[in-house]
Amino acid sequence: MKLLGKRQFRMDFWTWVKIIVILALCLFIVYPFYTILTKSVFSTKVEGITLYNFTRFFTKPYYYKSLLRSLYVCFFTVLASTAIGVPIAYLMTRYNILGKKAMHIMTILSLMSPPFIGAYSWIILLGRNGLAAKLFTMLGLTAPTIYGRGGIIFVFTLHLFPYIYLYTSGAMNSIDSSLEEAAENLGMSKLRRIWTVTLPVILPSILAGCLMVFMTCLADFGTPMLLGEGYVVLPVLVYNEYMSESATDPFMASALSVVIVICSLLVLVFQKYVIDKRNYQMSSLRPPVEVQLHGGKRLLASLPIYIVIFLASLPQIVVICQSFVERSFSGMVKGINLSNYQTILKRLFTNIKNTYVFSSVAIVFIVLVGIFVAYILVRKKGKVASLIDMLIMFPYVIPGSVLGIGLIIAFNRKPIILVGTSAIMIISYVVRKLPYTVRSGTAFLCQMDPFVEEASINLGVPPLKTFFTVTARMMLPGVMSGAVLSWITCINELSSSIMLYTGKTSTISVAIYQEVVRMSDGTAAALSTILTLTTIISLLIVFRVTKGKVKIV
Amino acid sequence: MSNHVTIKDAVKRYGDFTALNGVSLDINEGEFFTLLGPSGCGKTTLLRMIAGFNSIESGEFYFGDKLINNIPAHKRDIGMVFQNYAIFPHLTVKENVAYGLKARKVPKDQMDAKVKEALELVQISHLADRKPNELSGGQQQRVALARAFVIEPSVLLMDEPLSNLDAKLRVQMRSVIKKLQKRLDITTIYVTHDQEEALAISDRIAVMNEGRIMQIGTPSEIYAKPQNPFVAGFIGVSNYLDCEVKPDGKVNIKGELDLNIPLRRQYTGKAKLSARPEQLFFTATGMPGVIQFSTFLGDFVEYEVLLNDGQSLIINEYTKDHSEVYENGKNVFISFDPLRVSLYESESQEVLSL
Ligand SMILES: Nc1ncnc2c1ncn2[C@@H]1O[C@H](COP(=O)(O)OP(=O)(O)OP(=O)(O)O)[C@@H](O)[C@H]1O
Ligand SMILES: [Mg+2]
Repeated sequence: MKLLGKRQFRMDFWTWVKIIVILALCLFIVYPFYTILTKSVFSTKVEGITLYNFTRFFTKPYYYKSLLRSLYVCFFTVLASTAIGVPIAYLMTRYNILGKKAMHIMTILSLMSPPFIGAYSWIILLGRNGLAAKLFTMLGLTAPTIYGRGGIIFVFTLHLFPYIYLYTSGAMNSIDSSLEEAAENLGMSKLRRIWTVTLPVILPSILAGCLMVFMTCLADFGTPMLLGEGYVVLPVLVYNEYMSESATDPFMASALSVVIVICSLLVLVFQKYVIDKRNYQMSSLRPPVEVQLHGGKRLLASLPIYIVIFLASLPQIVVICQSFVERSFSGMVKGINLSNYQTILKRLFTNIKNTYVFSSVAIVFIVLVGIFVAYILVRKKGKVASLIDMLIMFPYVIPGSVLGIGLIIAFNRKPIILVGTSAIMIISYVVRKLPYTVRSGTAFLCQMDPFVEEASINLGVPPLKTFFTVTARMMLPGVMSGAVLSWITCINELSSSIMLYTGKTSTISVAIYQEVVRMSDGTAAALSTILTLTTIISLLIVFRVTKGKVKIV
Repeated sequence: MSNHVTIKDAVKRYGDFTALNGVSLDINEGEFFTLLGPSGCGKTTLLRMIAGFNSIESGEFYFGDKLINNIPAHKRDIGMVFQNYAIFPHLTVKENVAYGLKARKVPKDQMDAKVKEALELVQISHLADRKPNELSGGQQQRVALARAFVIEPSVLLMDEPLSNLDAKLRVQMRSVIKKLQKRLDITTIYVTHDQEEALAISDRIAVMNEGRIMQIGTPSEIYAKPQNPFVAGFIGVSNYLDCEVKPDGKVNIKGELDLNIPLRRQYTGKAKLSARPEQLFFTATGMPGVIQFSTFLGDFVEYEVLLNDGQSLIINEYTKDHSEVYENGKNVFISFDPLRVSLYESESQEVLSL
C-alpha cells in the first residue's frame, strides 16, 4: 500500500487570517481608491465617462501650475536636504563629534515631530508680526519672508533632511574601511577618494533617502497650506476643490488625487527599477574607524551639525515657549502663565481625548495585524503573501488627503456608512500607519531562528499555540519599536484627519490647524506642545527599550 | 518508553529534484543509529520527515507498530536536538527544559523533579535560572539535550548537534551524549557528516549518498568491509586500483601482481580494488614503486609511493614494526593483505570480496 501525501485544502487559521487581511485591505485601501478613480472620469459638465477633468487639468494653468509647483518644491527640497544631510552624515560617521549620540537623537526627534508645527513655528518667528521679523526690522533690515515657495522649501528641508542623514549614515557605517584604504593606497587624495569610492557606494542609499523626502513632500498638506498663501501646491488644491465652501467639485478633486498618486507611483517605480538595481550590498567586515579630532578642529567639525540641528529643533522650542505666553486679542503679551492650557482643556478637550483614544485604539489593531502580517510575509511566503505585501505598500503612494477623500466617497452611502464616525478616523490611521510596524516586524522575524518554532512544536505544543506563546511573544519587542513610530505618526496625523473629521471626531492636529488659521497662537502653541512632548516621550521610550538601535528608515 | 523505528521506501521530492530516493531503515529499540553522508545527501530531509516537519511524498514511517505518516509533528512524541540548539531565548534554562513537560500537562511537583534530574544529568544545575544568552555554546547544547530527553520521548533525533562547537568540546560532548543515551535507553537517530564522530558514537551507521542508503552496519563493519567504493572512500582513506579477475580466480593488478582474494561468488572481468593504507606493505617482491614523499606521524609513517604507470598510493607503516624511515627516491616493492582489501565489480560497483 502506498500512502501518497495528499494536499488537502483545509481552512486553517492562517488561511482565515490571510482572507480577512486581504478583505480589510481591499475594503479600506483599494476600494476607496477605486471610487476616486471612477469619480475622476465623470463630471457635472459632461455626460458619461470622460477625460474632461484631466483635459482641464493639463490645459488650465490654475490646475497644471499646482503640479509644477509641487514638483518644484519637491525637487528643491530634495536638493537642499541632500546638500545638508549627506555632509552631516559624513561628519557624524567619520569624526568624534561632540555629543554625537544626543545629536543623533535630536535629528530623529525633529523628523518625527509633527510637520505642520514646523511651519507654524516659523510663522511665529518670521511671519507677519514674527519675533525674528521684528528683530530684523529693528536692525533696519528686511526680514526674509517665510511665506511662498521659498518658505515651504525651507521648512520642508529642515524637517526632512534627517531622512537623507539616516539613510546615508547607515550606508557609511557599512562601508568596509579597507575599500577606502585601498583607494588611499592607490594614491588617491582624500577628496577624490570620497568622490570616486565613498560616494558611488553610498549613492543608492542617498537616493533611497531622496525618495522618502520626495514622497513626503509630494503628499504633505499642512506645511504648504499654512505657508503657501498664493502658492497653491497639488495637495492643497485637492483640499480646496473638495472642501472649500464655495465651488466644490468632487469629480475634479478626484482627478487631482489620481494625478498625485500617479506622480508618486512613477517615482516609486523609478526607485524600484533604476535605483534598486544598483544597490551594492556590503557586509562590512571592518566598519570605518572614527577619526579622533581634538580642540579647535573638533569644534569646527561639530559646528555645522549644531547649527543645522538648532534650526531644525527651533520650532519645537519656540512652540513650547509660546505656549506659556498669554496674549491679548491684539497680540500684546499679557503674562507668562498656563492660561493657554486652561483654554484648550475647556474648549478643546474633546480633540485631545480623541487624539489619544483614536491613536491608542489604532495602535492596538496595528500591533495585532502587524504581527500577523509580518509572520505571513516571512514564514508563509507565496502568492497571497506577495499580494498582501503589495497592498500594505499602497499607503506609500496614496497621500493622506487622497485616502481621506476616498474613504469619504466610499463610505458615505449604503451599505456601509462610516463618514463622521470615530471608526473611519481609526481605520484611516490603521491602514496608513501599519507599514512601519509591519516593516519592523518582518525585519525582526527574518533574523529570528525558525527552528525555535519547530522546537516548540516538536515538544508537543500545537503550531497555532506555538505561534502565540513563542513566535508572537518573541516578535513583540521588534514589533513594538515600529509600533511606537506608528503611534507617533498617528497622534500627529493631519492630512487625512482634516478630510474625515467632524465636530465630534476632531483631533489635536486638526485643532492646531484651525487655531493657526484663526490666528489664535497661544492655544495652537499649547496644543502643539502637547503633541511635541508626547512625541518626545514616546521616542525616548523606544530609545530606552531598544538601547538606541531603533530603525526609523 | 522506547520504540523501534521502521522506515519503508521513503521518497522526498522538492519539485523535480528527488532528495530521498527510496530509503528503508530498521532501527532497533534503544539503538544509537547514525545517518552519515556528505553534505546534501538528504540526512536532514529524512530526519525532518521523521519529526513531521517535512511532508512525506511516499513511503511508510512506523514507531513500533504505529504508522505515523499522518500524525502531526506535535503529537509524534519525539525529542529533537537542533543543530543551532533552537533554545527559547525568552525563557530561562529551567523553563526551557520544562517547556515540553508543560505541554504534556505534567503536574507541577513531578515536573520540578524531572527538570532537576535532567539538569543534573547534563551537569548544568547551577545554570538553571540563567537566560540562554548568558550561556556558552556547550552549555546551550546541554540545555537543548536536556529539553529533548526530559519528555521521555519514544525517539530522540539529533541533527549535527555538535557542529557548532570547537573540536575539543565536540569530543567531550560526544561522550556525554553517548553515555546519556545508553543510560536513558532511548532509540536515537543521529545525523552527522563527520565520519570520525559517527564511528565513535554509533551502534550502527547508515551511510547515505545522493538520497540513497549505501550501506548499513556497525562502525567496524563499515570500516573493514565497505560494500561499495563510495563507502570505502567516504570512511577513512582508501587507495583504488584497477585490476582484473582472471578465470582461475586470481586477481591481477596492473599486470604486475597476482593476489588470492577470496570472492563471494564466481566472477571474471574488470574489477576495482580498494585498500586502506594499513592494508599495504613493503615486501621483497611484488609491485614495484618509488617512494615520493614520507610523513612521520609518530606511531606510523605515511608514504606516498609512485607506481610505474604514474598512479600514487598511500601506505602506512607502523613505527613499532619498522623503526627505519625510507628515504625519498628509494625503490620498493609493494604487496597487499588479500584477506582485508575489498574488491568491487567495475561496472555495477557491487562488492566481490568476502
Ligand atoms: N526546501 C527545499 N527545497 C528544495 N530543495 C531542498 C530543500 N531542502 C533541501 N533540499 C535539497 O535536498 C537535498 C538534501 O538536503 P538535506 O538538507 O537533507 O542535506 P543534508 O544531508 O542534511 O546536508 P548537510 O550535511 O549539508 O546538512 C539537498 O540537495 C538540498 O539542496
Ligand atoms: Mg543537514
